[in-house]
Amino acid sequence: MIQLKGIHKVYDDGFQALQDINLTFEEGKINVLIGPSGCGKTTTMKLLNRLTDYTEGQILIDGKNIQQINPIELRRQMGYVIQNIGLFPHMTIFDNVATVPKLLKWDKQKIKQRVDELLRMVNLDPEVYRDRYPSELSGGQQQRIGVIRALAAEPSTILMDEPFSALDPISREQLQEELVRLQQEINKTIVFVTHDMDEAIKIADQIIIMKSGQVVQKGSPQEILANPTNDFVKEFIGEERLGSALPSVKGLMTETFETVNVRTPMDQAIQTMVDKQYKAIPVVDQDGKYIGMLDLFSALKYKEQNIEDVWTHPQAILETTGTEQVISDEYLEQQALIPVVANDDQVVGILQREKLLEVLQQFYQLKRGGQ
Amino acid sequence: MSFLQELGQYMLDNSNLLLELTIEHILMVIYGIALALILGIPLGIIAARFERLAPFIISLTNILQLIPSLAMLAILMLYFGLGFQTMVIGLFLYSLMPIVRNTYVGIREVDGSIMEAGKGSGMTPFQLLAKVQFPLSIPFVLAGLRVASVIAIAVACIGPYIGAEGLGKEIISGISLQSEVKIYAGAIPATLLAIVADLALGLLEKKAKKRMALA
Repeated sequence: MIQLKGIHKVYDDGFQALQDINLTFEEGKINVLIGPSGCGKTTTMKLLNRLTDYTEGQILIDGKNIQQINPIELRRQMGYVIQNIGLFPHMTIFDNVATVPKLLKWDKQKIKQRVDELLRMVNLDPEVYRDRYPSELSGGQQQRIGVIRALAAEPSTILMDEPFSALDPISREQLQEELVRLQQEINKTIVFVTHDMDEAIKIADQIIIMKSGQVVQKGSPQEILANPTNDFVKEFIGEERLGSALPSVKGLMTETFETVNVRTPMDQAIQTMVDKQYKAIPVVDQDGKYIGMLDLFSALKYKEQNIEDVWTHPQAILETTGTEQVISDEYLEQQALIPVVANDDQVVGILQREKLLEVLQQFYQLKRGGQ
Repeated sequence: MSFLQELGQYMLDNSNLLLELTIEHILMVIYGIALALILGIPLGIIAARFERLAPFIISLTNILQLIPSLAMLAILMLYFGLGFQTMVIGLFLYSLMPIVRNTYVGIREVDGSIMEAGKGSGMTPFQLLAKVQFPLSIPFVLAGLRVASVIAIAVACIGPYIGAEGLGKEIISGISLQSEVKIYAGAIPATLLAIVADLALGLLEKKAKKRMALA
C-alpha cells in the first residue's frame, strides 16, 4: 500500500505544482490519475519512484518513508511504463525485457525463463520475438514489451505514464483489455496516468481526478459517474459519458451477502435471514455454486421442511451482464433480490431491486440535469 | 609511350616503395585517430554531462581545427622535432574536433523517453551512460570518425615537410623534380585511401544507424 500524506510541491520559481495531496493506493488495485494537462497527475506519479521530489509531506510505501529508500533501489522495485514506450532501440526484445533483472544480477537461466514467461503472457511467441529489435515490432507490440519490461523483476508496484496514448485506437483498446486481464493474474498496485476518461472508466478501481495540482475527486468509476462532485468533474467526464455509462452489475451488487448451504437446517437458515434482515437468501451446494433461492416467507411457512422442499430457482445473472440488459430482461419484475454469479456459478453477490432503482433514478436525474 | 602507360610502368617499378609509403601513411592516420578517439570520446562525454564545460571543450577543439595545417605542423615541429611522432600528434589534434563534437551531439541526442525509461528502471548514471547513452551515440561517433579520417589522410600528405614519410613524400619530390608521374604516383593512392575510408566508414555508420533504429 502506498500513502501520500499532505504532499506539497513548490518549484524554485514559486510555482505550486502540487497542493495538499492525500491519497492511498491499495494493493492489487488499478489507480488512475486523470486530469487536464498541467494538473500535476504525472508529477504525482513520478514522486513515487523519486524521479521528482516533493517539498512537504510524506510518502509511505508499506509504512516505510520513501526518503529512506535509495532511489536506485526504489526504481528497481517499481515497474515503470512510459508514454513514448521508450524501448532501448539498440537492444533485442530479450535484453529490453531483461533490463531490471540484469541490473539486479539475476541468474542467467532465471532471466531467460522469466522473459519467455512474460512474452507468452502477452501472447508474443518467445521463439519469434526474443531476438528481434524494437523497430521490427508494431506500436502495439512495442508497448506490450514496454509493459512486460516493467513487470520483469516482479515489482509490487507499477507506474504507467499515459502508456497507451501514443497507440492507434484499436491497439489501445486491446492493450487496455489485456491490462485488465493481466491484472487479474499479477495483482499489482498500479498507478496509471491518463487524460482519457473512457480509458479510466474501463480499467480503474480508483479514479483520482486532479486539477491545478489538487485532487478534485477520488472514488470508484461508478461513484464518480454517479456522483460527480462539482461542475469541473461533470465537464471533465463529459455529459455524454454521464449519460451512457450506467454502472455495471458488478458495481451495483451487494458483495457481502450471506449464502446458505443446501444442507443447512431450515431454522438455522431462517435465523441467518432474520439476523441479517434479508427477505431471501441464495442457496449454494457444497462447492459454493448457486442452485436456488430461499424466500423468508416460504421458509417461515414451511419451517418443518428442508430447504430443498421450498426453494425456488430464479435465474441468476452473470456479474459481467450489462445493467441495461438487466433492466430490459425484466428480471426485476419477478423478484426483489437477484443472485449474481461469476462464470463458474459461484455466488459473488446479490442485486437488490431497491438499490438498483435508487441508482437508476439518480442516474437519470443526473442525465436530465446535464442536458 | 602515352602518359598513362608511363605512370603505370613507374608505379609498377616502384610498387615496393609506394606500398611502404602507403603503409606509413595509413599508420600515421591510424595512430593519430586512435589517440583522438581515446581522448575525444571521454571529452565528448564530459561535455555532454557537464553542460557548463561544453562551450569550453568544443571551442578549444574548434580552434585546433582552424589552425592551418602547415602552420600547426610547423609549430609542433618546434617542440617535438622532426619525424613520424610529430605527424601523429598533428593528426591527433586535427581529428579531435569531429570526434569530440559528434560524441557530444550523439549523447545529447538520445531520446528523452529512452533516458527516462533507463532512469526509471533504476540504472545508475554510469549504467545509463554505458548501457544506453554511449551505445546509442555510436553512429554519431562513427560519422565523426569518418570526417576525421578523410581530413587526416589529406593532412598526412604534407608530412614530408616535417620529416615524416607517407605518400606526401612522392608528391613533394614530384614537385621539386617537376615530375608529373611522381606527383600522380603519390596522389592517386592517397586519394584512393580517402575514398575507401569514406566509403567503408560510411557503410559502417549506416549499419550502426540501422542497428540503433535511427535511420
